Amino acid sequence: MASEMCVLIVDDFSIMRGIIRRMLLKEFGTNNIFEAEDGITAWQILSSEKIDLVLCDWNMPNMTGLDLLEKVRAHKDFSKVPFIMITAEGKKENVIEATKKGVSGYIIKPFTAKDLRKKLSPIFQTGE
Amino acid sequence: MNLKYIEPFIAATIHVLETMAFTQATAGEAYLKDDQTAMGDVSGIIGMTGKESSGTLSVSFTKNSILAIVSNMFGDEITELNNEIKDAVGEITNMISGQARQKLEEMGKSLDAAIPTVITGINHSIKHITTYPIIAVPFSTDNGDFTIEICLEEEGVSLRRKIGRETP
Repeated sequence: MASEMCVLIVDDFSIMRGIIRRMLLKEFGTNNIFEAEDGITAWQILSSEKIDLVLCDWNMPNMTGLDLLEKVRAHKDFSKVPFIMITAEGKKENVIEATKKGVSGYIIKPFTAKDLRKKLSPIFQTGE
Repeated sequence: MNLKYIEPFIAATIHVLETMAFTQATAGEAYLKDDQTAMGDVSGIIGMTGKESSGTLSVSFTKNSILAIVSNMFGDEITELNNEIKDAVGEITNMISGQARQKLEEMGKSLDAAIPTVITGINHSIKHITTYPIIAVPFSTDNGDFTIEICLEEEGVSLRRKIGRETP
């Protein structure tokens, strides 16, 4: 299942999308990846592709990660898709807010490949 | 601005560069900065707002320092100040701001951040969003220097006195 998982990386900074992409390839052998620079583009990809995991930044132009999370959780087709926030917003109130809206996990930037592996391993092992 | 609010930014800077770019950065002595000229070739600036105060963080890299840092982040050598460099400076600024604001929250000061902007060019200007004192902290790495600047409203007078400068 792990190698078949399709991941959507949402971040307005291309360098961060590239770093996450390389970590996913190295840690999980995953190269089935879509990228979006904001929530609006991410929603379009979600609507047209079969996405198994969303890794999403918080602060982005046009549509924030939190708004995207809310939209994803409200849609019957995507409500169960694992949604991990990867963000520099590490304040308690941010984590609580995202948890209330149904986030599956939270990774605070900066992070290492080990941090990513620890958080995503259960998802890649079960495929859900 | 109380000097204790500078420490989270220094610690965050060191942590971000070490974690994401495997770069050891050493902080020099903080000083009051009187002009708007950037201390580098490319700068990231991010606004921060809270209920009781607002402010700005900027991070200005010399060309050599940022080329080495981003090359480490990417795993490939980058030799020009291109869009990838600008992108990286924005993300580094964002991460330093996030880490520092996390610590500031523990100190009772809650700030939210905007999306960072990036400016390039020799002698470019950095306009902080308040008229309060600008505190600059120089950093050195094996491949060059960079400087962070912090400008926070609130208690600006006390900071200026602590650093030994007269209040205007």
